[in-house]
Amino acid sequence: MKTAAGLGIVSCHHCATLWKDVKPHDRCGRCGGRLRLRRPDSLSRTWALVIAACIMYFPANMLPVMITSSFLGDEQQDTIMSGIIYFWISGSWVLAVIVFIASFLVPLFKLAVMILLLIAVQRRSSWRLLQRAKLYRIVEVIGRWSMLDVFVVSLLTGLVQIKGFATVHAGAGIIAFAAVVVLTMFASISFDPRLTWDASELERGKYA
Amino acid sequence: MQEVPGLIACEQCDTIHRRVALGNNEIALCGRCGAELERERRSYGKRALPLTIASLFMYIIANAFPIAEMELHGLASRTTLMGAVLSLNNEGMFLIAFLVFATTILLPLIQILGLIYLLVSMNKTVRSSAFNLLARTIQTLRPWVMIEVFLLGAIVAFVKLTNMATVVPGAALWALGALTLLLAAVFSFNPRDIWQMSLSENRRAETMPQNGIALSAKKVAEAEVP
Repeated sequence: MKTAAGLGIVSCHHCATLWKDVKPHDRCGRCGGRLRLRRPDSLSRTWALVIAACIMYFPANMLPVMITSSFLGDEQQDTIMSGIIYFWISGSWVLAVIVFIASFLVPLFKLAVMILLLIAVQRRSSWRLLQRAKLYRIVEVIGRWSMLDVFVVSLLTGLVQIKGFATVHAGAGIIAFAAVVVLTMFASISFDPRLTWDASELERGKYA
Repeated sequence: MQEVPGLIACEQCDTIHRRVALGNNEIALCGRCGAELERERRSYGKRALPLTIASLFMYIIANAFPIAEMELHGLASRTTLMGAVLSLNNEGMFLIAFLVFATTILLPLIQILGLIYLLVSMNKTVRSSAFNLLARTIQTLRPWVMIEVFLLGAIVAFVKLTNMATVVPGAALWALGALTLLLAAVFSFNPRDIWQMSLSENRRAETMPQNGIALSAKKVAEAEVP
C-alpha cells in the first residue's frame, strides 16, 4: 500500500491536488491553501480540546440549562437530564429519545471515541484500523447534532416572555454544554485520521 | 514544487489511488479505509445556481417572519430567529447568543452568498485569489452551518410548549424546513469540487503518472448510487 507521505507527495487539504517536492510554507498552486503533510500538532491540540471538553462536561450536566418562572412565582430549574425525564413523563417518548441521544449519548460517545483514537495513535497500535477509521467518520457526522439543546433553550428563551405569567431564562449550564459541543467539534477537526494509519506503515516514527 | 496529475490521495488514510473516470452519480471509495474519494458532479453544475438562489429566498423568509407564536391566558408572544438571539443577549448570555447567531444566521448567509458568487464566476479563466480564499472559507465553515439542527431544535421546543400553551408555527418554521432540504441538495457536493468542476474533461482523463514515480495504485472501489 503506497501512501502519499511514503512517496513524498502532499495532498492539498482543500482541493485534493497532489504536489511533490513541497518545501515548508508552500501554498497549493491551484487553490492557494497551505500544504501540510499532516494537520499541525494534531495530537497535542486534540488532547487539549478533549480534556477541556471533559472538564466542561460536569457543569454542563449539573448546572441548570433552563429556568422557568410561572405566574405563581415558583421557579423550576431544568438540567439536561431533567428536561429529558420531563419529556418521558409527559408522554413525548419520541422527543425524549431524540434529546437523550443528541444531548447525552452523542457528547459522551464523542469524548470516549476521541480518547480511544488518541491513545491508539500514541501507542502506534495497529488494532482494528478499519473500525477506528469508521468510528472517526461517525464522530465527524454526529457531532454537530448535540447543539440541539442549545437551540431549544434559545428559542424558548426568545418565545416564552409573557411577563408575570411565564418566562424562560437560559441557565449557566447551557454555556458549559455549548462549550462541550464546540470543543469536541474542534477536537474532531484537529484530529488527523491519517495518523491512525501511519502506525501500520513501515515508515513509522517518520511523521507523527 | 511540482503537481502530480492523475492521482488522488485518500483524505483519511493517505493511500494513493489512480483517478478513474466516474459514470453518472458514481462515487469513488478508498480501497483501504472506505472513505469517499470523489464523486461524479457533471450534472450538478446546472442545478447548483438555481438551488442556491432558492436557498437565499428561503433564508430571507426564515429570518423575516416569526418562527412561532404562543398564547397563554390571552397574552401572545412571538419570536423571530434574531429575536431569540437578542433575548439571549439581554440576559447576559452573550456567548450563547453569538453561537446561535453565527451558526444559524451569519454563517449560512456567508455560505449562500459566497456560493452564488463562486458559481457565477467559476468559468472565468483567471481566478482571483479572493475566489480561492472564498472557496476555502466555505469549505472550512461547512460543519458550523447548523440550519438542520436548529430546525430539529425548533420542533422540540414547539412540542415542549404545546403542553403548557397554545402554539402556532410561524412562516419561518416552514421556510427553515425548505431551507434545510435546499441546503442539503446544494451541499451534497464536497466544496473541493468547485475546483474540480471547472477542470476540462481531458484534464480529468490524464492518468499517467509523471516524473518516474513508481506507483502501484490500488484499484478504486466504486459504489453505484441508484
